[in-house]
Amino acid sequence: MEDLLIKLALAGIVYFGVLNLAGLHTWVERKQSALIQDRIGANRASIFGFTFLGLFHSIADALKMFTKEDIVPTGANRVLHTLAPMFSVFFALAAFAAIPFGPALEVGERTIELQVAKIDVALLYVFAMLSVGVYGVILAGFASSNNYAILGGLRATAQMISYEIALGISVVGLLMVYETMDLGELVRAQGQTIAGGWIPFWGIVAQPVAFIIFVTAALAETKRTPFDLPEGESEIIGYFVEYSGMKFGMFFLTDFLETIMVAALATTLFFGGWQVPYLQPEGFHFPWGAELPVANWLYVLLGVMSFTFKVLAFCWLFMQVRWTLPRFRYDQLMKLGWKGLFPIAVINVVVTAVLLLLFGEGS
Amino acid sequence: MAIKVVRRPTLTLWEKTYLPQILRGLRITSGHFFRNLFLHTAHVFGRFKDVPASVTIQYPEQQRGLMSRFRSRHRLMSREDDTPRCVGCMLCETICPAKCITIVPDEHPNPTVEKYPVSFDINLGMCVYCGYCVEVCPEDAIRMDTGILDVASYSRDGMKLDIHQLLDPGLRKPIATCNLDFPHKCGVSGGEMKGSWNGSEGRS
Repeated sequence: MEDLLIKLALAGIVYFGVLNLAGLHTWVERKQSALIQDRIGANRASIFGFTFLGLFHSIADALKMFTKEDIVPTGANRVLHTLAPMFSVFFALAAFAAIPFGPALEVGERTIELQVAKIDVALLYVFAMLSVGVYGVILAGFASSNNYAILGGLRATAQMISYEIALGISVVGLLMVYETMDLGELVRAQGQTIAGGWIPFWGIVAQPVAFIIFVTAALAETKRTPFDLPEGESEIIGYFVEYSGMKFGMFFLTDFLETIMVAALATTLFFGGWQVPYLQPEGFHFPWGAELPVANWLYVLLGVMSFTFKVLAFCWLFMQVRWTLPRFRYDQLMKLGWKGLFPIAVINVVVTAVLLLLFGEGS
Repeated sequence: MAIKVVRRPTLTLWEKTYLPQILRGLRITSGHFFRNLFLHTAHVFGRFKDVPASVTIQYPEQQRGLMSRFRSRHRLMSREDDTPRCVGCMLCETICPAKCITIVPDEHPNPTVEKYPVSFDINLGMCVYCGYCVEVCPEDAIRMDTGILDVASYSRDGMKLDIHQLLDPGLRKPIATCNLDFPHKCGVSGGEMKGSWNGSEGRS
């Protein structure tokens, strides 16, 4: 019973944070793009004359989405048409369950892992959820009974499946280095230091090439510029052309959820998750010999803050990339996926294996 | 014949990965981002006010200055006794390519002035802002220098300016009271002739 309550509380914290962050992303997107382009950005929505930097626009958007007419086109499959956006959001949300967002918290006798679901093959679970998300997209295209929508759905499916391969293989090198698929263990393993304690042994240090491949492929998974061929709202009509109201809003939300998901994954896999540099469970161990003991609650707090900060930083980076790079052409997209990222990922795995065999601990 | 050799740049392997150019692009956008973020924050604390953080003009509150020759909404000029300078010669109505000016002239009580406008309407929904009416006017009676750009209305009738609004550009529709002191046809009075000539020369 207590376990259940703890799990429920954890799930509540995670989804409260994630959904709010996703809602905030609409505001961040507007303001960040405005700053990049020397504009001001949405700043008119006000409650009693207060605008708060345009923060109310997110609320106004949500209100608009909820109150808009929901149109199901004639000839569309009503059940699948309704189910598709739910699929998208559900699987994007479900993936967050396996992300560890802080170190183990000790309350009295009990040790609470700050992770909603402790799964031994959490990495596989997350990738599976991301992959199943493609069903939402293809169903949306298929159920709309619109040729443009189904073409958009097919484009999206081809893109996501192509980049999933590079995504999956890029992580293999990481698994060989840390020898675990449990994300909690993976983060804990990244707490080691190398080079006499100066450099934390994070994933980016162990697998820099894999990091670039992972981020590129993951950006393609989120279906945002420069990989926004499935959507391309104004030019090449995407899979959700027949959606309106909150159903459209759910696809929109999925976009932001996936961005956060990818940011969280990149943090967990390559930037040490909740690890703070030089911070061990007992306290700080600085490479010049100084030590600073830290209580467990402070350790947990620092860990959660570190994780949040890294995720936000990645969100910022992805947003910056989205407003910097132009969209790929479809053949360029496929070429990059199959002829660029995929072979490099495979070579990276082979090189990692050889290096581990020659210099690894096992040899 | 001279031969011009066009050298096509060949990309090195490092350039072919596009990473250097992606990083360069990110440097440019990030430069703008952090510069503007810093300036916006500084403006809140009242520093660096002279360096703008954005090129945006917040339109209804901030207005961009107009060139002196800019053609904006029309106005009718008036004489010292507040009667229009227009002599009802119909030149502007004739030259108007959009046919948006409608003048009803009548005889002026002053024998040295031939006619005056009983009504002078401009339909802004049709006006093309060519300025021919201003050019052609022999009396300098119509000008396009009010600086009013936001001509907007919920109906087509709302786009029609009558003599009140043309003589006083500050007026807003609907006009409640008529304060023009010469005989004119007026929407306020239901299209009846309204007003009187001041002074001795009464109109018979």
